[in-house]
Amino acid sequence: MSNRHSTDHQEQDRQTSVEEERAINGHATTTPLLALSGITKSFPGTLANDHVDFDVAPGEIHALLGENGAGKSTLVKIIYGILKADAGQIAWKGEPVVIDSPNTARRFGIAMVFQHFSLFDALTVVENIALGMDEPGDMAALEARIEQVSHSYGLPLHPRRHVHSLSVGERQRIEIVRCLLQEPSLLVMDEPTSVLTPQEVEKLFETLRRLSDEGMSILYISHKLDEIRALCHRATILRLGRRVADAVPSEETSRSLAAMMMGEELQGEARPPTATVGEVRLRVSHLSLPAADEFGVDLKDVSFEVRGGEILGIAGVAGNGQNELTDALSGERPSVSPGTIVIDETECGLKGPDARRALGLCCVPEQRLGHGAVPDMSLAENSYLTAHHRMGLTRHGIMRSDARDTFADRVIDSFRVKCNGHQSQASSLSGGNLQKFIVGREISQDPGVVVVSQPTWGVDAGSAAAIQSELIKLAEAGSAVLVISQDLDELMQISNRIAAICAGALSEVIGIEQATVEGMGLMMGGASLEDTHAEA
Amino acid sequence: MSLEILVATILTIITAATPLVFAATGELITEKAGVLNLGVEGMMLTGAVTGFATVFFIDNAVLACLAAMAAGMLTALIFAFLVLGLQASQVATGLALTIFGIGLSALLGQNMVGIAYAGLPKLYIPFVSDLPVLGPLLFNHDALVYLSLALPLAVAWFLYRTRAGLILRAVGDSHDAAHAIGYPVIAIRYMATLFGGAMAGLAGAYLSLSYSPMWVENMSAGRGWIALALVVFGTWRPWRVFLGAYLFGGITILQLHAQAFGIAVASQFMSMLPYIATIVVLVLISRDPTRIRLNAPACIGKPFHPAA
Repeated sequence: MSNRHSTDHQEQDRQTSVEEERAINGHATTTPLLALSGITKSFPGTLANDHVDFDVAPGEIHALLGENGAGKSTLVKIIYGILKADAGQIAWKGEPVVIDSPNTARRFGIAMVFQHFSLFDALTVVENIALGMDEPGDMAALEARIEQVSHSYGLPLHPRRHVHSLSVGERQRIEIVRCLLQEPSLLVMDEPTSVLTPQEVEKLFETLRRLSDEGMSILYISHKLDEIRALCHRATILRLGRRVADAVPSEETSRSLAAMMMGEELQGEARPPTATVGEVRLRVSHLSLPAADEFGVDLKDVSFEVRGGEILGIAGVAGNGQNELTDALSGERPSVSPGTIVIDETECGLKGPDARRALGLCCVPEQRLGHGAVPDMSLAENSYLTAHHRMGLTRHGIMRSDARDTFADRVIDSFRVKCNGHQSQASSLSGGNLQKFIVGREISQDPGVVVVSQPTWGVDAGSAAAIQSELIKLAEAGSAVLVISQDLDELMQISNRIAAICAGALSEVIGIEQATVEGMGLMMGGASLEDTHAEA
Repeated sequence: MSLEILVATILTIITAATPLVFAATGELITEKAGVLNLGVEGMMLTGAVTGFATVFFIDNAVLACLAAMAAGMLTALIFAFLVLGLQASQVATGLALTIFGIGLSALLGQNMVGIAYAGLPKLYIPFVSDLPVLGPLLFNHDALVYLSLALPLAVAWFLYRTRAGLILRAVGDSHDAAHAIGYPVIAIRYMATLFGGAMAGLAGAYLSLSYSPMWVENMSAGRGWIALALVVFGTWRPWRVFLGAYLFGGITILQLHAQAFGIAVASQFMSMLPYIATIVVLVLISRDPTRIRLNAPACIGKPFHPAA
């Protein structure tokens, strides 16, 4: 951790000098590359952007900071021509312009890397890149250019590979290379690091700094404060669709930025549960499971145990067997022998999800809509689906609607889920609220073991803190909690012990006091514990 | 003697396969763009009756084929408007389109039932058409047969060699990504659906002008459904679809010949053979998920709502 702080300081020094340099060059008086004024956009029921003004200077890395639902994505979609603003002006290099489609945006020199990648799984890298260009020219020549650009920026890519076979980090490289090939003057990046390992993030930042030095402007959207402080020259902070503040991130602390972003002080940081650790409640021994399909990952001899009163964190980059592990634990995919998974001394490797729930194992899968909840059903019905057994919501085969609704109301109240009562459709809730509901539904069943995958993915800071503190409370009450997450910072905060999963194999489990961000990052990439010591 | 039978058998296989090639290749393009049009049967029948009516009233084979294509496109346009314009369910709308096509074609054709037509002219090429065996096999067909041989070639070239084909595949693979990059998803799907309609119409025209040159109510007799199955059978690859059409045509004809030879199996069982073969092959193919995932359009049948 100390190592990390010192890089931050170096970073601040570097940025301060950049700022000074800009001030000396009279940077403030140059025409901004992009200037937005009075941008307003409303959707039925919400005002996504409310008279937003800001500008991006040439060569600047500008942050757009805000919680989920603050209107960041709407704003960049307007800049890229995907959405049309209800009111307001956009000026490009000082001239007022109308950006009515992504094609127009690209013609001006605006390129965008999307949060949810706009890639085509069944196509190759070169085909994907050709699709994002207006004049791709000859495919063979394009392949050569991809090789050249991707290597010169340290983003190696094989043009002929199919996208479905690539890791998330590689997929993002495609998006970035696609943008770079167009030699844009403004690169827009929407939450680019949410799927990367710390090492990949560091590499990405190097590339971005180099691009900025070469004169490219970058509009960087994120809610990760450390990243913005490390990378960006200026920040515009949005809250509920309005611009609430401007800041020089290197002069702020994470806490002060968070306060601007949320409009209130963040409560104290989450800490691992401090209860006395009890009996082993979940034991997984030598769990090997071949992938369900060609795009999956085989689980290789995974062994660990979780005791009552503790949180075990499993870190890993997406697509390294997390989903397979969650499915194997929840019972969606039975294991090979009963003894591989033991809940409270009961062997249940061959049992299905209902039987495991009855034994006290509740599970929150990664994907909320469609896996954790049925999108077109109400919250009440969704709570019945997993809680009917433990909460006794069925009598003689008939659903007890009153008990079901009361249970759903209890979850909604105690987890402060924003919705229109238990009759709201699951799909009508925002991602964060639905996640609070699903986590709440499982926790409220008083489970002995909880398996949670990506508890706070895409959830804003306030809801994330609430979910984390509920998990901690649950562990302190004696349950065993397993958290599988890509967010290493989160795991380092709330876990008692931590391990990394890579290509379906689990690393050694270590106490949180032994873990460092760098070491975990290497283990997420497949290095063993000894290797990480050697590197350190 | 036996050679003659062989040649005759192969000729009938070609005529049985040709309408399937048209209808299935058209549907392949539609599905590659992400639209599932289950109304192939209906579009074939409208094409068949329109084509026949055109030769009946005007007696021009070229016009008849064009009219059949136009009729297929018009039927497809109704479908496209409902599912792309109004976001109706593709499955329900496609089924309705089939029922609609059967009824409409019966209504339009009621005065033409039983009238015979000479059939599309065979393209006679001096000398080569007179060659023994090869002549009748290769050089004595109507223009539609040759067109059906060129079609998979053209479609494969379009899909895998041209930029427009790449965009079409992209739209079928992820409409959200295609939209985000700036491609007109709905317009591309309209065009793909219309192409599918035109090809189904042409398949219908082949039935009523060449295969059995007359109009009989419901004369496509389930070929539209076979064409749909062939697209999956061929895992959305033009040449495999083509191969599937010939395989299916072959089995259809062989069972007819087997019946003629008096093989002691109930004729009902023999008639089932092509369908059983289709089901067996479909089952075998779905056992290989990789192949399906690489070629199947991921967005098939999903309605596209432009990001709000």
